[in-house]
Amino acid sequence: MPGKLKVRIVAGRHLPVMDRASDLTDAFVEVKFGNTTFKTDVYPKSLNPQWNSEWFKFEVDDEDLQDEPLQITVLDHDTYSANDAIGKVYIDIDPLLSSEAATVISGWFPIYDTIHGIRGEINVLVKVDLFNDLNRFRQSSCGVKFFCTTSIPRCYRAVIVHGFVEELVVNEDPEYQWIDRIRTPRASNEARQRLISLMSGELQRKIGLKVLEMGGNAVVGYLQCFDLEGESGLVVRAIGTACTLDKLSNPSAALLPACNSPSKDMKESPLAHPPSHGCRSTNNSPIHTATGSRLTQNFSVSVPTLIYTGMGSGGSVGKEGGPLKTLLRQQTQSALEHREFPFFTLTCFPMGFLVHVGGVVSARSVKLLDRIHNPDEPETRDAWWEEIRQEIKSHAKALGCHAVVGYSETTSICEEVCILSASGTAAVLNPKFLQDGCLDSCSEHRLEEPSPPSCGFCHIPYDELNMPFPAHLTYCFNCRRQKVPDVLFTTMDLPLEAAVTGKGCLIQARLCRLKKKAQGEANATAISNLLPFMEYELHTQLMNKLKLRGMNALFGLRIQISVGENMLVGLASATGVYLTALPTPGGIQIAGKTPSDISYEQHISNMQKKINETIAKNKELYEIIPPESIDEMIGSPIPEPRQRSRLFRSHSESSDEVSELDLSHGKKDAFVLEIDDADAVEDIHSLLTDAPLPTGFYSCNTEIMPGIYNWTSGVQMFTSVRVFRLNNTNLTNQGLNKIFNDLCENLLKSLYFKLRSMIPCCLCHVNFAVAVPEDELIQVAVTAVAMTFDKDQAQENLKLYVDKTLMKVITENEEQLQFPLELCSDSQSGNPFSPIKGTGLQENAGMHIVPSAQRATSVDYSSFADRCSTWIELIKLKAQTIRRGSIKTTSSLEKASPVSEGHSRLRSTTSNTGCTVAVVKMTPLSFIPGAKIIKYLGIINMFFIRETTSLREEGGVSGFLHAFIAEVFAMVRAHVAALGGNAVVSYIMKECVFMENPNKNQAQCLINVSGDAVIFVRECDLEALPVQPQTSAAQTSSSGGEVPA
Amino acid sequence: MAYSAPDSADKALRMAMELDVFVGNTTIMDEEVYQLWLDGYTVTDAVSMRVRSGILEQWGACQAVLESDTTDHYRTFQMAERLLHCPSKLANQLLFQIPPQRQAMLIERYYAFDPAFVRELLGKKLSKGTKKDLDDVSTKTGVTLKSCRRQFDNFKRVFKVVEEMKGPLVENIKQHFLLSDRLARDYGAIVFFANIRFETGKKKLQYLNFEDFAFCAGQLIQNWTVGAVDSMVEDMDVDLDKEFLQDLKELKILITDKDMLDQHKSLVCTALRGKIQVFAEMEANFKNLSRALVNIAAKLMHTKDVRDFFIDLVEKFIEPCRSDRWVLCDVKAFLTQYMNSARALDAFKQQAIWERYMTVIRSCILKMYHE
Repeated sequence: MPGKLKVRIVAGRHLPVMDRASDLTDAFVEVKFGNTTFKTDVYPKSLNPQWNSEWFKFEVDDEDLQDEPLQITVLDHDTYSANDAIGKVYIDIDPLLSSEAATVISGWFPIYDTIHGIRGEINVLVKVDLFNDLNRFRQSSCGVKFFCTTSIPRCYRAVIVHGFVEELVVNEDPEYQWIDRIRTPRASNEARQRLISLMSGELQRKIGLKVLEMGGNAVVGYLQCFDLEGESGLVVRAIGTACTLDKLSNPSAALLPACNSPSKDMKESPLAHPPSHGCRSTNNSPIHTATGSRLTQNFSVSVPTLIYTGMGSGGSVGKEGGPLKTLLRQQTQSALEHREFPFFTLTCFPMGFLVHVGGVVSARSVKLLDRIHNPDEPETRDAWWEEIRQEIKSHAKALGCHAVVGYSETTSICEEVCILSASGTAAVLNPKFLQDGCLDSCSEHRLEEPSPPSCGFCHIPYDELNMPFPAHLTYCFNCRRQKVPDVLFTTMDLPLEAAVTGKGCLIQARLCRLKKKAQGEANATAISNLLPFMEYELHTQLMNKLKLRGMNALFGLRIQISVGENMLVGLASATGVYLTALPTPGGIQIAGKTPSDISYEQHISNMQKKINETIAKNKELYEIIPPESIDEMIGSPIPEPRQRSRLFRSHSESSDEVSELDLSHGKKDAFVLEIDDADAVEDIHSLLTDAPLPTGFYSCNTEIMPGIYNWTSGVQMFTSVRVFRLNNTNLTNQGLNKIFNDLCENLLKSLYFKLRSMIPCCLCHVNFAVAVPEDELIQVAVTAVAMTFDKDQAQENLKLYVDKTLMKVITENEEQLQFPLELCSDSQSGNPFSPIKGTGLQENAGMHIVPSAQRATSVDYSSFADRCSTWIELIKLKAQTIRRGSIKTTSSLEKASPVSEGHSRLRSTTSNTGCTVAVVKMTPLSFIPGAKIIKYLGIINMFFIRETTSLREEGGVSGFLHAFIAEVFAMVRAHVAALGGNAVVSYIMKECVFMENPNKNQAQCLINVSGDAVIFVRECDLEALPVQPQTSAAQTSSSGGEVPA
Repeated sequence: MAYSAPDSADKALRMAMELDVFVGNTTIMDEEVYQLWLDGYTVTDAVSMRVRSGILEQWGACQAVLESDTTDHYRTFQMAERLLHCPSKLANQLLFQIPPQRQAMLIERYYAFDPAFVRELLGKKLSKGTKKDLDDVSTKTGVTLKSCRRQFDNFKRVFKVVEEMKGPLVENIKQHFLLSDRLARDYGAIVFFANIRFETGKKKLQYLNFEDFAFCAGQLIQNWTVGAVDSMVEDMDVDLDKEFLQDLKELKILITDKDMLDQHKSLVCTALRGKIQVFAEMEANFKNLSRALVNIAAKLMHTKDVRDFFIDLVEKFIEPCRSDRWVLCDVKAFLTQYMNSARALDAFKQQAIWERYMTVIRSCILKMYHE
């Protein structure tokens, strides 16, 4: 009996009128946990009842504490007939089980009814007394922290990154049980909500157990999904990255050990543990035993997927190349070989963790769902995923990589067909970060000088003589020591230290393919036959659009293929950037098939002209000025830091490089598009029809926008959903493509228009989700955040950044690795415009914000060298100061700013005029601009169903869904506020399943959202720059009520 | 229509859009669209009005975008309307996250009204019958029927809430509906007029605008209601002080007692000689004017005559003066002197009542006297 749950029902407000005669309500509350129920007294004749109940106490196992939600039901007492339910509140008490998260849940919760929506609010107080349980065979995993954030959460330090954890549980879907025929829709919905809540709790507990077995204490990048398989059942599955995290209670204290023991500087970096074997939990869930049917496969098609990087596709495992790579590989391997799956759901890493990136690896598999009558075989789904993961692993190997980062898994289900997809980025992780005991050997075998962080990850991990696919390799344009591909695709976020030229932009490839209606195996075969073509076309589109923007790399690539009865819809989204290290992309050249025809020629040359113009325009728009200065530099002496490199290569740098570069700049590199059929013409047209971004807007689907650093406080998270009905029955692929393309383009246009008052602003983490809910419907849902930034300060900041970068680079090269922590953090801690990227090394992320020396192409190398010497001096000086024990070498001009005082004054006045409802910010990003996250309160993972039988009366489908989404937001905010938080970070809407039946005046929608509840504080005192006056009052202002007292 | 027809593809796309929603964590509410919604325009009308404003060119948007945006806003406003009916709910509801200053804007605009519309409704009973006739008012004032209904419902809602409340009327409105001082005062006037049902619709009163009446209402509330004498009293600001109205009868002595009337006249004439342009007319008309003002007072004990208060002021005092071409400052000088001179009448014992009566009469007439 390791826990006591205590609940108090305080009051209600805004209750609906339940008694028409008196226009009042006689409300009482049932509090249920597990099988125990308590009731409050009836508070007669009031819409604002004050129950002030006693503490209801539940004595429960911590296993139940993790699995079960607290269920609060508000009812209207009726003397003569049955009591009417007003609505329910489900409270996940998991955040109370971790000592570092929330300690009490207290606040107003919306009372939710699946038929009527929100019906008033209830004030509840929840506490948990947890007794320590040292039983090592326990089934619970209380205390394991969960984070949706796909990077090491700020205010934590990663001690060890253990690796991949996964689990899934299955059950029958209550909606498809026989009893559903006789119960009300409300009862059915509630059964479903409750079941999913239970299953989520169980899943989280099981994952927690795995983490404990591995020796970790947290799961980062936790992603939980539902597969609604209809008749076949309900699957809840989750993946994540197990870590051992250390809380940074005091950032400066955390820094100290580093300078005391310089040899152990790696302590600050995550060390990967060889994980123990067989950590899959075997305990049977109580849910399992209840089910009568299970999922299985009687048909399975694994679809060969393309591996994206460079230009090629698929391929064999390359032979091990030079001694260098072999060694690197061996070291990495030794650390990773024990792992079943060396996968990481993280998309952003501590500095130095990522060595090289190979490219995107993905695998898809088409399965046929079937109900089988063998309840004792729960592993079918596990086996499916295992198969896919194996495939991913082998793809990664083919790219010379041993790990996969930015890993995710998705499904798309239509009737009995299910497409399972997994994708990630093949990568080589730093061996010294991966293994505990090999630190010394690492330094001994340090054959290769570490690549500069700004370009190292771009260097190819595979062997250049035996490439897994055809690609143009050149020497890195940044360090000129190693080879890089001409194009790089990844699923992760852009590393903070990456050298980028100009700004990034959202790039989407969109595709529809018609499919004949079919059943069973024939259907699955048809789908799996279509998939490779779709992948290929999406890939081509992405590549064309990338070239059209004059960029050479994609980050955050997410390819979604959704299956419907008579079509497949593919949507690939990514953020294009120009990586300084990669060669300048050649243009797009159009080649016709019949050179004799003059008018045709003219047509082609017209098109070519248009394309060239667009490329030029885009380069200007995204501020991509190809670093020609570097080319001029080649002949001149190599900057100082580089001279120390010990060259193990057979060839010297200079001459070879020049020739390579010349090659890459020639017309040979131009991407040739052959117009040999109608499809190609259409492709080119669609290329050119992408509407340009309105002035003042930028967009990306990653955490941060390359090229924008000076965020101001305006944050507007939103969800937009559109459903399009295809009326035309005789649609061609082209017609369908056009419709789908227009749908997405118009949606984006609408977003820009809607958010125009926030200009200058950037749409970040733009996340599109497509679905084919019915025969003739295409659904697109977008969740993103619009963030304002300060345009005027851009130049100045850039300079600041470049300076800091230089300092960073030199620091590294001076091999004073133990010092940059202090040096940089001191001078940058007050940096308000930097998105603070937690990397686990320290709370203050100053040092990680290292864009690149080359970001501004105006930085010429001679001055670089000059600065080097002076900066080196300065750093040495600082280092000495630190050695003497004085860390306060703060040179922050920021802190001296008089503006900050004015700001804090302003704040203190505004915070007094706080409104009654605390403002809760929501963002899909892991940070809040201009603010510091001081506490993670726990994971928010909520599932809601809403149904109506009076669709027209509720404003049609749009009115219905609008209200529902607003209600979901409200419930998320209420839960966060009750935990004591003022924001949700890493928020995502994982599922939005909408079904309608206008003839019956009915509609139903299921929404699943998750995120991390946090407390943040504004960095007002540290603000160096005046925050630009809010461009719109509509956006969340920094008004009172945000910061809890 | 002023705008060009949307191209067919655009239209087709919109037709086929089954569902289109946008929900922000902070509820986005465009002030311009809000106004169009408040003004009762349909989505189609609102879109064409926005097109005419040149917003498309400014943002490079197309008609479909504008239509989607407008529809979305309209839906949001409809959802929020329920909360606007009880503004205090807006601050502690959880469904919409709206910054406080935006909330204030939403409320203020929702309760704002068209002067032309309110002028039509002033003094009318806020009943179902009146609501039924709103289409006539709509045609007459050019305010859309939808907007008329909203405004009417606002009046009625405020009326119902404060009708039975204790304490000062305007303060109650301000507290309960979170309105600005100015707007609360206007609502005070509307409620007051609706409660007493002053006649304002007669042809002779047409030249008076809402502002004139609102001012008079303020004067009446301040001086003639129960709350005017004792702010702690349990009664309301919306009813006139019955006792006072009864007492007004006693002022009749000013016209019935011949000596007093003459004395009063001579006092006024002495004081005004040479000071006003219309001295001769004033002297000739003094008895008529004085009789008119005192008779109005004496009649106020009957509810029917209270309703005719404004028409009486116009017919019995303002019109005679106007026909004699009195200028405003002459009227002002006369009324001031007329009021003050009564103090010097030894036999006149009703000084307090006189003051209370005449202060209001004087400022009302001055407000209503348009040259």
